[in-house]
Amino acid sequence: MSEAPYLEVRGLQAWYGESHVLHGVDLDIREGETVALLGRNGAGKTTTLRAVMGILRKREGAIRLKGQDLLRKPLHHVARAGLGYVPEERGIFASLTVAENLLLPPKVAEGGMSVDEIYALFPNLHERRTSQGTKLSGGEQQMLAIARILRTGVTTLLLDEPTEGLAPVIVQRIGDVLVELKKRGMTILLVEQNFRFARKVADRFYLMEDGRMVGSFPGHELDARMGELQEVLGV
Amino acid sequence: MNTIFGVPAPALYGQVLLGLINGSFYAMLSLGLAVIFGLLRIINFAHGAQYMLGAFVAYLLLFYGGVAYWPALILAPVIVAGVAIVIERTMLRRLYGLDPLYGLLLTFGLALIIEGLFRYWFGTSGKPYAPPAALTGGVNLGFMFLPIYRGWVVVASLAVCIGTWLLIEKTRLGAYLRAATENPVMVQAFGVNVPLLLTLAYGLGAGLAGLAGVLAAPIYQVSPLMGSNLIIVVFAVVVVGGMGSILGAILTGYMLGLLEGLTKVFYPEASNIVIFVIMAVVLLIRPAGLFGREA
Repeated sequence: MSEAPYLEVRGLQAWYGESHVLHGVDLDIREGETVALLGRNGAGKTTTLRAVMGILRKREGAIRLKGQDLLRKPLHHVARAGLGYVPEERGIFASLTVAENLLLPPKVAEGGMSVDEIYALFPNLHERRTSQGTKLSGGEQQMLAIARILRTGVTTLLLDEPTEGLAPVIVQRIGDVLVELKKRGMTILLVEQNFRFARKVADRFYLMEDGRMVGSFPGHELDARMGELQEVLGV
Repeated sequence: MNTIFGVPAPALYGQVLLGLINGSFYAMLSLGLAVIFGLLRIINFAHGAQYMLGAFVAYLLLFYGGVAYWPALILAPVIVAGVAIVIERTMLRRLYGLDPLYGLLLTFGLALIIEGLFRYWFGTSGKPYAPPAALTGGVNLGFMFLPIYRGWVVVASLAVCIGTWLLIEKTRLGAYLRAATENPVMVQAFGVNVPLLLTLAYGLGAGLAGLAGVLAAPIYQVSPLMGSNLIIVVFAVVVVGGMGSILGAILTGYMLGLLEGLTKVFYPEASNIVIFVIMAVVLLIRPAGLFGREA
Protein backbone atom coordinates (compact mmCIF):
# COMPACT_ATOMS: atom_id res chain seq x y z
CA MET A 1 0.00 0.00 0.00
CA SER A 2 1.59 3.30 -1.07
CA GLU A 3 1.55 6.30 1.31
CA ALA A 4 0.77 9.07 -1.22
CA PRO A 5 -2.96 9.84 -1.50
CA TYR A 6 -4.56 8.04 -4.42
CA LEU A 7 -7.83 9.94 -4.18
CA GLU A 8 -7.38 13.39 -2.69
CA VAL A 9 -10.22 15.78 -1.84
CA ARG A 10 -9.40 19.30 -0.65
CA GLY A 11 -11.80 21.96 0.62
CA LEU A 12 -14.72 20.46 -1.29
CA GLN A 13 -17.84 22.60 -1.13
CA ALA A 14 -21.08 21.68 -2.86
CA TRP A 15 -24.56 23.08 -3.34
CA TYR A 16 -27.99 21.63 -4.10
CA GLY A 17 -29.44 24.63 -5.94
CA GLU A 18 -29.05 27.51 -3.47
CA SER A 19 -28.56 25.23 -0.52
CA HIS A 20 -24.90 25.02 0.61
CA VAL A 21 -24.44 21.40 1.75
CA LEU A 22 -20.70 20.65 1.86
CA HIS A 23 -18.52 23.20 3.66
CA GLY A 24 -14.96 22.19 2.85
CA VAL A 25 -14.50 18.42 2.92
CA ASP A 26 -10.93 17.10 3.11
CA LEU A 27 -10.32 13.44 2.42
CA ASP A 28 -7.32 11.28 1.55
CA ILE A 29 -7.44 7.68 0.44
CA ARG A 30 -4.31 5.69 -0.29
CA GLU A 31 -4.10 3.16 -3.08
CA GLY A 32 -5.83 -0.09 -2.13
CA GLU A 33 -7.30 1.40 1.03
CA THR A 34 -10.93 1.09 2.11
CA VAL A 35 -12.26 4.15 3.87
CA ALA A 36 -15.72 4.46 5.41
CA LEU A 37 -17.64 7.68 6.02
CA LEU A 38 -19.69 7.73 9.20
CA GLY A 39 -22.17 10.37 10.23
CA ARG A 40 -25.78 11.08 11.08
CA ASN A 41 -28.42 11.21 8.37
CA GLY A 42 -28.03 14.53 6.61
CA ALA A 43 -24.35 14.94 7.60
CA GLY A 44 -23.37 14.99 3.92
CA LYS A 45 -21.99 11.48 3.34
CA THR A 46 -23.99 10.67 0.19
CA THR A 47 -23.49 14.24 -1.01
CA THR A 48 -19.73 13.78 -0.62
CA LEU A 49 -19.81 10.69 -2.85
CA ARG A 50 -22.01 12.43 -5.42
CA ALA A 51 -19.79 15.53 -5.41
CA VAL A 52 -16.56 13.50 -5.70
CA MET A 53 -18.04 11.53 -8.62
CA GLY A 54 -19.32 14.70 -10.27
CA ILE A 55 -23.00 13.77 -10.31
CA LEU A 56 -23.56 16.83 -8.17
CA ARG A 57 -22.02 19.50 -10.41
CA LYS A 58 -22.18 22.72 -8.37
CA ARG A 59 -18.88 22.38 -6.50
CA GLU A 60 -15.69 24.17 -5.48
CA GLY A 61 -12.40 22.86 -4.18
CA ALA A 62 -10.14 20.15 -5.54
CA ILE A 63 -10.63 16.46 -6.34
CA ARG A 64 -7.61 14.58 -7.62
CA LEU A 65 -7.26 10.93 -8.62
CA LYS A 66 -3.59 9.90 -8.99
CA GLY A 67 -2.80 13.64 -9.09
CA GLN A 68 -5.22 14.22 -11.99
CA ASP A 69 -7.77 16.99 -11.42
CA LEU A 70 -11.35 15.72 -11.74
CA LEU A 71 -13.39 18.76 -10.71
CA ARG A 72 -13.75 20.32 -14.13
CA LYS A 73 -14.08 17.08 -16.07
CA PRO A 74 -17.47 16.00 -17.44
CA LEU A 75 -18.98 13.01 -15.64
CA HIS A 76 -18.08 10.47 -18.31
CA HIS A 77 -14.42 11.56 -18.19
CA VAL A 78 -14.40 11.07 -14.42
CA ALA A 79 -15.58 7.49 -14.96
CA ARG A 80 -12.92 6.98 -17.61
CA ALA A 81 -10.27 8.26 -15.19
CA GLY A 82 -11.07 5.20 -13.07
CA LEU A 83 -13.83 6.13 -10.62
CA GLY A 84 -16.81 3.80 -10.32
CA TYR A 85 -20.00 4.77 -8.49
CA VAL A 86 -22.65 2.52 -6.99
CA PRO A 87 -25.55 4.66 -5.76
CA GLU A 88 -27.70 3.84 -2.75
CA GLU A 89 -30.68 3.22 -5.04
CA ARG A 90 -28.42 0.90 -7.10
CA GLY A 91 -29.39 2.26 -10.50
CA ILE A 92 -30.43 -1.05 -12.08
CA PHE A 93 -32.10 -0.52 -15.46
CA ALA A 94 -35.60 -1.99 -15.69
CA SER A 95 -35.62 -2.16 -19.49
CA LEU A 96 -32.43 -4.27 -19.53
CA THR A 97 -31.93 -7.90 -18.51
CA VAL A 98 -29.44 -8.87 -15.79
CA ALA A 99 -26.88 -9.79 -18.45
CA GLU A 100 -27.46 -6.53 -20.34
CA ASN A 101 -27.13 -4.54 -17.10
CA LEU A 102 -23.89 -6.36 -16.42
CA LEU A 103 -22.48 -5.72 -19.88
CA LEU A 104 -23.70 -2.14 -20.17
CA PRO A 105 -20.80 -0.14 -18.67
CA PRO A 106 -17.99 0.21 -21.20
CA LYS A 107 -14.47 -0.81 -20.23
CA VAL A 108 -12.49 2.22 -19.06
CA ALA A 109 -9.19 0.39 -18.49
CA GLU A 110 -7.55 -3.02 -18.66
CA GLY A 111 -7.63 -5.18 -15.56
CA GLY A 112 -11.37 -5.47 -15.04
CA MET A 113 -12.90 -8.84 -14.23
CA SER A 114 -14.13 -11.08 -17.02
CA VAL A 115 -17.81 -11.99 -17.17
CA ASP A 116 -16.90 -15.56 -16.14
CA GLU A 117 -15.03 -14.31 -13.07
CA ILE A 118 -18.00 -12.14 -12.14
CA TYR A 119 -20.46 -15.01 -12.52
CA ALA A 120 -18.13 -17.16 -10.37
CA LEU A 121 -18.18 -14.45 -7.69
CA PHE A 122 -21.96 -13.95 -8.00
CA PRO A 123 -23.53 -17.29 -9.05
CA ASN A 124 -27.06 -15.90 -8.48
CA LEU A 125 -26.56 -13.39 -11.27
CA HIS A 126 -25.62 -16.16 -13.67
CA GLU A 127 -28.76 -18.11 -12.82
CA ARG A 128 -30.93 -15.06 -13.34
CA ARG A 129 -29.05 -13.50 -16.26
CA THR A 130 -32.11 -13.42 -18.56
CA SER A 131 -34.43 -11.86 -15.94
CA GLN A 132 -35.36 -8.21 -16.07
CA GLY A 133 -32.88 -6.30 -13.88
CA THR A 134 -35.42 -4.86 -11.47
CA LYS A 135 -37.12 -8.25 -10.94
CA LEU A 136 -34.16 -9.31 -8.76
CA SER A 137 -34.34 -9.21 -4.97
CA GLY A 138 -32.78 -6.21 -3.20
CA GLY A 139 -29.65 -8.20 -2.36
CA GLU A 140 -29.27 -9.49 -5.91
CA GLN A 141 -29.75 -5.97 -7.26
CA GLN A 142 -27.00 -4.73 -4.96
CA MET A 143 -24.71 -7.51 -6.16
CA LEU A 144 -25.53 -6.67 -9.77
CA ALA A 145 -24.82 -2.98 -9.10
CA ILE A 146 -21.38 -3.85 -7.70
CA ALA A 147 -20.71 -6.62 -10.21
CA ARG A 148 -21.30 -4.53 -13.32
CA ILE A 149 -18.74 -1.93 -12.25
CA LEU A 150 -16.06 -4.62 -11.73
CA ARG A 151 -15.95 -5.45 -15.44
CA THR A 152 -14.96 -1.92 -16.37
CA GLY A 153 -11.46 -1.83 -14.93
CA VAL A 154 -12.09 1.12 -12.56
CA THR A 155 -9.53 1.33 -9.78
CA THR A 156 -11.64 3.16 -7.22
CA LEU A 157 -15.17 2.41 -6.03
CA LEU A 158 -17.56 4.86 -4.42
CA LEU A 159 -20.14 2.73 -2.60
CA ASP A 160 -23.20 4.31 -1.05
CA GLU A 161 -24.76 2.21 1.74
CA PRO A 162 -24.39 -1.18 0.02
CA THR A 163 -26.06 -3.03 2.91
CA GLU A 164 -29.08 -0.79 3.37
CA GLY A 165 -32.28 -2.78 3.79
CA LEU A 166 -30.65 -6.19 3.19
CA ALA A 167 -30.92 -9.41 5.20
CA PRO A 168 -27.91 -10.29 7.41
CA VAL A 169 -26.93 -13.23 5.24
CA ILE A 170 -26.76 -10.97 2.17
CA VAL A 171 -24.83 -8.32 4.12
CA GLN A 172 -22.32 -11.04 4.99
CA ARG A 173 -22.07 -11.98 1.31
CA ILE A 174 -21.46 -8.39 0.23
CA GLY A 175 -18.83 -8.07 2.95
CA ASP A 176 -17.05 -11.13 1.50
CA VAL A 177 -17.15 -9.54 -1.94
CA LEU A 178 -15.61 -6.30 -0.67
CA VAL A 179 -12.86 -8.25 1.10
CA GLU A 180 -12.18 -10.01 -2.20
CA LEU A 181 -12.03 -6.65 -4.00
CA LYS A 182 -9.57 -5.33 -1.40
CA LYS A 183 -7.37 -8.34 -2.06
CA ARG A 184 -7.41 -7.41 -5.71
CA GLY A 185 -6.18 -3.91 -4.85
CA MET A 186 -9.40 -1.92 -5.30
CA THR A 187 -9.50 1.47 -3.55
CA ILE A 188 -12.89 1.93 -1.88
CA LEU A 189 -14.74 4.89 -0.40
CA LEU A 190 -17.77 3.62 1.45
CA VAL A 191 -20.74 5.26 3.10
CA GLU A 192 -22.08 2.88 5.72
CA GLN A 193 -24.37 2.97 8.75
CA ASN A 194 -23.84 -0.67 9.66
CA PHE A 195 -20.84 -0.63 12.07
CA ARG A 196 -20.38 -4.39 12.14
CA PHE A 197 -20.16 -4.44 8.36
CA ALA A 198 -17.89 -1.39 8.21
CA ARG A 199 -15.51 -2.85 10.82
CA LYS A 200 -15.02 -5.94 8.66
CA VAL A 201 -13.92 -4.02 5.58
CA ALA A 202 -12.71 -0.49 6.48
CA ASP A 203 -9.05 0.35 7.07
CA ARG A 204 -9.91 3.84 8.22
CA PHE A 205 -12.94 5.90 9.19
CA TYR A 206 -13.89 9.51 8.64
CA LEU A 207 -16.53 11.14 10.77
CA MET A 208 -18.79 13.74 9.15
CA GLU A 209 -21.00 16.39 10.67
CA ASP A 210 -22.86 19.23 8.96
CA GLY A 211 -21.03 18.89 5.65
CA ARG A 212 -17.51 18.76 7.19
CA MET A 213 -15.06 16.09 8.27
CA VAL A 214 -14.74 16.24 12.05
CA GLY A 215 -12.42 13.33 12.67
CA SER A 216 -10.55 10.37 11.29
CA PHE A 217 -9.21 7.21 12.93
CA PRO A 218 -7.87 3.81 11.88
CA GLY A 219 -10.19 0.83 11.61
CA HIS A 220 -8.85 -1.03 14.64
CA GLU A 221 -9.87 1.87 16.95
CA LEU A 222 -13.55 1.53 16.08
CA ASP A 223 -14.44 -0.61 19.11
CA ALA A 224 -12.53 1.64 21.53
CA ARG A 225 -14.34 4.71 20.18
CA MET A 226 -17.77 3.17 20.14
CA GLY A 227 -19.06 5.18 23.11
CA GLU A 228 -17.86 8.48 21.68
CA LEU A 229 -19.27 7.60 18.24
CA GLN A 230 -22.65 6.66 19.59
CA GLU A 231 -22.84 10.09 21.19
CA VAL A 232 -21.85 11.90 17.98
CA LEU A 233 -23.97 9.75 15.68
CA GLY A 234 -26.90 9.54 18.04
CA VAL A 235 -27.19 5.78 17.61
CA MET B 1 -68.00 -8.63 -58.72
CA ASN B 2 -66.71 -10.07 -55.44
CA THR B 3 -67.85 -8.24 -52.36
CA ILE B 4 -66.64 -8.43 -48.76
CA PHE B 5 -69.17 -7.25 -46.16
CA GLY B 6 -71.02 -5.63 -49.05
CA VAL B 7 -67.97 -3.70 -50.25
CA PRO B 8 -66.45 -4.46 -53.68
CA ALA B 9 -63.22 -6.39 -53.02
CA PRO B 10 -60.94 -4.17 -55.19
CA ALA B 11 -62.13 -1.07 -53.30
CA LEU B 12 -61.44 -2.78 -49.99
CA TYR B 13 -57.96 -3.94 -51.04
CA GLY B 14 -57.22 -0.48 -52.41
CA GLN B 15 -58.08 1.16 -49.12
CA VAL B 16 -56.12 -1.46 -47.17
CA LEU B 17 -53.10 -0.62 -49.31
CA LEU B 18 -53.66 3.10 -48.79
CA GLY B 19 -54.00 2.46 -45.07
CA LEU B 20 -50.75 0.49 -45.08
CA ILE B 21 -48.97 3.34 -46.89
CA ASN B 22 -50.29 5.96 -44.49
CA GLY B 23 -49.44 3.58 -41.67
CA SER B 24 -45.88 3.32 -43.02
CA PHE B 25 -45.46 7.08 -42.70
CA TYR B 26 -47.16 7.16 -39.30
CA ALA B 27 -44.84 4.39 -38.10
CA MET B 28 -41.61 5.98 -39.37
CA LEU B 29 -42.53 9.41 -38.03
CA SER B 30 -43.82 8.26 -34.66
CA LEU B 31 -40.76 6.02 -34.31
CA GLY B 32 -38.49 9.08 -34.61
CA LEU B 33 -40.66 11.02 -32.18
CA ALA B 34 -40.53 8.12 -29.72
CA VAL B 35 -36.72 7.92 -29.90
CA ILE B 36 -36.43 11.67 -29.34
CA PHE B 37 -38.99 11.86 -26.56
CA GLY B 38 -37.66 8.76 -24.81
CA LEU B 39 -34.14 10.08 -24.57
CA LEU B 40 -34.33 13.87 -24.69
CA ARG B 41 -37.78 14.34 -23.10
CA ILE B 42 -38.40 16.80 -25.91
CA ILE B 43 -41.76 16.77 -27.69
CA ASN B 44 -40.39 17.45 -31.15
CA PHE B 45 -42.96 19.61 -32.88
CA ALA B 46 -40.40 20.27 -35.62
CA HIS B 47 -40.82 16.64 -36.74
CA GLY B 48 -43.33 17.51 -39.46
CA ALA B 49 -41.04 20.27 -40.73
CA GLN B 50 -38.12 17.80 -40.77
CA TYR B 51 -40.25 15.38 -42.84
CA MET B 52 -41.07 18.20 -45.24
CA LEU B 53 -37.40 19.20 -45.30
CA GLY B 54 -36.46 15.65 -46.35
CA ALA B 55 -38.83 15.85 -49.31
CA PHE B 56 -37.64 19.34 -50.25
CA VAL B 57 -33.95 18.42 -50.00
CA ALA B 58 -34.60 15.51 -52.38
CA TYR B 59 -36.50 17.85 -54.72
CA LEU B 60 -33.76 20.53 -54.61
CA LEU B 61 -31.00 17.96 -55.06
CA LEU B 62 -32.76 16.76 -58.21
CA PHE B 63 -33.68 20.21 -59.48
CA TYR B 64 -30.35 21.96 -58.87
CA GLY B 65 -27.85 19.13 -58.59
CA GLY B 66 -29.32 16.49 -60.87
CA VAL B 67 -29.11 14.04 -57.96
CA ALA B 68 -31.50 11.17 -58.62
CA TYR B 69 -33.90 9.46 -56.23
CA TRP B 70 -31.63 6.65 -55.00
CA PRO B 71 -28.68 8.78 -53.85
CA ALA B 72 -31.17 11.34 -52.51
CA LEU B 73 -32.74 8.60 -50.40
CA ILE B 74 -29.45 8.49 -48.47
CA LEU B 75 -28.29 12.10 -48.85
CA ALA B 76 -31.49 13.92 -47.88
CA PRO B 77 -31.96 12.17 -44.50
CA VAL B 78 -28.27 12.75 -43.74
CA ILE B 79 -28.67 16.46 -44.51
CA VAL B 80 -31.84 16.69 -42.39
CA ALA B 81 -30.03 14.88 -39.55
CA GLY B 82 -27.15 17.36 -39.92
CA VAL B 83 -29.52 20.33 -39.61
CA ALA B 84 -31.12 18.67 -36.59
CA ILE B 85 -27.75 18.12 -34.95
CA VAL B 86 -26.97 21.84 -35.30
CA ILE B 87 -30.37 22.64 -33.74
CA GLU B 88 -29.69 20.25 -30.84
CA ARG B 89 -26.18 21.55 -30.20
CA THR B 90 -27.08 25.22 -30.35
CA MET B 91 -30.62 25.37 -28.94
CA LEU B 92 -32.33 22.21 -27.66
CA ARG B 93 -29.39 21.33 -25.40
CA ARG B 94 -30.13 24.38 -23.25
CA LEU B 95 -33.60 23.06 -22.44
CA TYR B 96 -32.69 19.65 -20.96
CA GLY B 97 -33.98 19.27 -17.45
CA LEU B 98 -36.58 22.02 -17.90
CA ASP B 99 -40.32 21.53 -18.22
CA PRO B 100 -41.06 19.70 -21.54
CA LEU B 101 -43.23 22.68 -22.45
CA TYR B 102 -40.09 24.69 -23.30
CA GLY B 103 -38.91 22.08 -25.80
CA LEU B 104 -42.38 21.92 -27.30
CA LEU B 105 -42.50 25.71 -27.71
CA LEU B 106 -39.02 25.92 -29.20
CA THR B 107 -39.58 23.11 -31.72
CA PHE B 108 -43.04 24.48 -32.57
CA GLY B 109 -41.44 27.86 -33.25
CA LEU B 110 -38.75 26.23 -35.37
CA ALA B 111 -41.41 24.34 -37.35
CA LEU B 112 -43.25 27.60 -38.05
CA ILE B 113 -40.02 29.31 -39.17
CA ILE B 114 -38.91 26.43 -41.42
CA GLU B 115 -42.37 26.05 -42.98
CA GLY B 116 -42.70 29.82 -43.35
CA LEU B 117 -39.39 30.05 -45.20
CA PHE B 118 -40.34 27.28 -47.62
CA ARG B 119 -43.75 28.84 -48.22
CA TYR B 120 -42.01 32.13 -48.94
CA TRP B 121 -39.63 30.53 -51.41
CA PHE B 122 -41.86 27.96 -53.08
CA GLY B 123 -45.48 28.93 -52.40
CA THR B 124 -48.00 26.43 -51.13
CA SER B 125 -48.66 24.50 -54.30
CA GLY B 126 -47.01 21.09 -54.47
CA LYS B 127 -43.96 20.40 -56.59
CA PRO B 128 -44.01 17.16 -58.57
CA TYR B 129 -41.30 14.60 -57.86
CA ALA B 130 -41.28 11.59 -60.12
CA PRO B 131 -40.61 8.12 -58.75
CA PRO B 132 -37.47 6.44 -60.12
CA ALA B 133 -37.92 4.62 -63.42
CA ALA B 134 -37.39 1.22 -61.79
CA LEU B 135 -40.38 1.76 -59.53
CA THR B 136 -42.92 3.19 -62.00
CA GLY B 137 -45.89 1.27 -63.26
CA GLY B 138 -47.69 -1.45 -61.40
CA VAL B 139 -48.41 -5.14 -61.21
CA ASN B 140 -51.71 -6.92 -61.34
CA LEU B 141 -51.87 -9.20 -58.33
CA GLY B 142 -55.04 -10.84 -59.57
CA PHE B 143 -57.19 -9.50 -56.77
CA MET B 144 -55.92 -5.90 -57.11
CA PHE B 145 -53.61 -3.58 -59.04
CA LEU B 146 -50.49 -2.65 -57.04
CA PRO B 147 -48.55 0.48 -58.04
CA ILE B 148 -44.92 -0.61 -57.61
CA TYR B 149 -43.80 2.58 -55.91
CA ARG B 150 -46.46 2.20 -53.22
CA GLY B 151 -45.42 -1.37 -52.60
CA TRP B 152 -41.85 -0.16 -52.29
CA VAL B 153 -42.83 2.44 -49.68
CA VAL B 154 -44.44 -0.24 -47.52
CA VAL B 155 -41.42 -2.56 -47.85
CA ALA B 156 -38.89 0.25 -47.27
CA SER B 157 -40.71 1.55 -44.22
CA LEU B 158 -40.98 -1.95 -42.74
CA ALA B 159 -37.24 -2.42 -43.29
CA VAL B 160 -36.46 0.95 -41.67
CA CYS B 161 -38.71 0.23 -38.68
CA ILE B 162 -37.32 -3.27 -38.15
CA GLY B 163 -33.76 -1.96 -38.62
CA THR B 164 -34.26 0.80 -36.07
CA TRP B 165 -35.92 -1.61 -33.65
CA LEU B 166 -32.99 -4.04 -33.99
CA LEU B 167 -30.53 -1.16 -33.49
CA ILE B 168 -32.25 -0.22 -30.25
CA GLU B 169 -32.97 -3.71 -28.91
CA LYS B 170 -29.97 -5.71 -30.04
CA THR B 171 -26.91 -3.49 -30.19
CA ARG B 172 -24.64 -1.96 -27.58
CA LEU B 173 -25.53 1.54 -28.76
CA GLY B 174 -29.20 0.59 -28.39
CA ALA B 175 -28.59 -0.65 -24.84
CA TYR B 176 -27.01 2.73 -24.03
CA LEU B 177 -30.05 4.45 -25.55
CA ARG B 178 -32.51 2.33 -23.57
CA ALA B 179 -30.57 2.73 -20.34
CA ALA B 180 -30.15 6.48 -20.85
CA THR B 181 -33.91 6.75 -21.39
CA GLU B 182 -34.30 5.50 -17.81
CA ASN B 183 -31.38 7.10 -16.05
CA PRO B 184 -29.00 9.24 -18.15
CA VAL B 185 -26.86 10.29 -15.18
CA MET B 186 -26.10 6.67 -14.25
CA VAL B 187 -25.16 5.85 -17.85
CA GLN B 188 -22.82 8.84 -17.97
CA ALA B 189 -21.33 7.78 -14.62
CA PHE B 190 -20.30 4.56 -16.38
CA GLY B 191 -18.20 6.58 -18.80
CA VAL B 192 -20.65 6.84 -21.71
CA ASN B 193 -20.68 10.21 -23.46
CA VAL B 194 -24.38 10.84 -22.89
CA PRO B 195 -24.44 14.40 -24.34
CA LEU B 196 -23.16 12.94 -27.63
CA LEU B 197 -25.75 10.16 -27.38
CA LEU B 198 -28.51 12.78 -27.09
CA THR B 199 -27.20 14.61 -30.15
CA LEU B 200 -27.10 11.36 -32.13
CA ALA B 201 -30.61 10.40 -31.00
CA TYR B 202 -32.01 13.73 -32.17
CA GLY B 203 -30.13 13.35 -35.46
CA LEU B 204 -31.46 9.79 -35.85
CA GLY B 205 -35.07 10.81 -35.12
CA ALA B 206 -34.92 13.75 -37.52
CA GLY B 207 -33.11 11.62 -40.13
CA LEU B 208 -35.97 9.10 -40.00
CA ALA B 209 -38.42 11.96 -40.59
CA GLY B 210 -36.27 13.13 -43.51
CA LEU B 211 -36.25 9.62 -44.99
CA ALA B 212 -40.03 9.42 -44.67
CA GLY B 213 -40.17 12.76 -46.50
CA VAL B 214 -38.13 11.46 -49.45
CA LEU B 215 -40.27 8.31 -49.64
CA ALA B 216 -43.40 10.48 -49.55
CA ALA B 217 -42.26 12.93 -52.24
CA PRO B 218 -43.37 10.87 -55.30
CA ILE B 219 -46.71 9.97 -53.66
CA TYR B 220 -47.91 13.24 -52.21
CA GLN B 221 -45.95 15.94 -54.11
CA VAL B 222 -43.47 18.18 -52.30
CA SER B 223 -45.15 21.01 -50.43
CA PRO B 224 -44.26 23.21 -47.46
CA LEU B 225 -47.43 22.13 -45.67
CA MET B 226 -47.04 18.38 -46.14
CA GLY B 227 -45.53 18.04 -42.66
CA SER B 228 -47.99 20.08 -40.67
CA ASN B 229 -50.89 18.19 -42.29
CA LEU B 230 -49.47 14.91 -41.08
CA ILE B 231 -47.86 15.69 -37.75
CA ILE B 232 -51.05 16.10 -35.73
CA VAL B 233 -52.14 12.59 -36.69
CA VAL B 234 -48.65 11.30 -35.90
CA PHE B 235 -48.80 12.82 -32.42
CA ALA B 236 -52.10 11.03 -31.89
CA VAL B 237 -50.37 7.79 -32.96
CA VAL B 238 -47.58 8.41 -30.45
CA VAL B 239 -50.10 9.03 -27.66
CA VAL B 240 -52.00 5.83 -28.51
CA GLY B 241 -48.77 3.79 -28.70
CA GLY B 242 -47.32 5.27 -25.51
CA MET B 243 -44.89 8.19 -25.36
CA GLY B 244 -41.35 6.95 -25.80
CA SER B 245 -42.25 3.32 -26.62
CA ILE B 246 -40.37 2.26 -29.75
CA LEU B 247 -42.30 -0.91 -30.52
CA GLY B 248 -45.53 0.85 -29.56
CA ALA B 249 -44.84 3.61 -32.08
CA ILE B 250 -44.19 1.15 -34.92
CA LEU B 251 -47.12 -1.20 -34.30
CA THR B 252 -49.59 1.59 -33.56
CA GLY B 253 -48.50 3.44 -36.70
CA TYR B 254 -49.39 0.54 -39.00
CA MET B 255 -52.46 -0.41 -36.99
CA LEU B 256 -54.00 3.06 -37.06
CA GLY B 257 -53.10 3.55 -40.73
CA LEU B 258 -54.96 0.33 -41.57
CA LEU B 259 -57.89 1.23 -39.37
CA GLU B 260 -58.13 4.63 -41.01
CA GLY B 261 -58.13 2.92 -44.44
CA LEU B 262 -60.87 0.49 -43.40
CA THR B 263 -62.94 3.32 -41.97
CA LYS B 264 -62.77 5.00 -45.39
CA VAL B 265 -64.44 1.90 -46.84
CA PHE B 266 -67.08 1.19 -44.24
CA TYR B 267 -67.88 4.62 -42.81
CA PRO B 268 -66.05 7.29 -44.83
CA GLU B 269 -67.53 10.17 -42.83
CA ALA B 270 -65.52 9.09 -39.77
CA SER B 271 -62.20 8.44 -41.52
CA ASN B 272 -60.69 11.81 -40.59
CA ILE B 273 -61.48 11.49 -36.93
CA VAL B 274 -61.18 7.78 -36.20
CA ILE B 275 -57.57 8.07 -34.98
CA PHE B 276 -58.48 10.90 -32.62
CA VAL B 277 -61.47 9.00 -31.26
CA ILE B 278 -59.17 6.05 -30.53
CA MET B 279 -56.69 8.42 -28.89
CA ALA B 280 -59.43 9.75 -26.61
CA VAL B 281 -60.58 6.25 -25.69
CA VAL B 282 -57.02 5.07 -25.00
CA LEU B 283 -56.34 8.16 -22.87
CA LEU B 284 -59.45 7.38 -20.83
CA ILE B 285 -58.71 3.68 -20.34
CA ARG B 286 -54.92 3.53 -20.39
CA PRO B 287 -53.36 7.00 -20.11
CA ALA B 288 -49.78 5.69 -20.59
CA GLY B 289 -50.74 4.39 -24.07
CA LEU B 290 -51.15 0.82 -25.34
CA PHE B 291 -47.44 0.00 -25.08
CA GLY B 292 -46.30 2.64 -22.56
CA ARG B 293 -45.25 1.89 -19.01
CA GLU B 294 -47.56 3.22 -16.34
CA ALA B 295 -45.71 5.98 -14.50
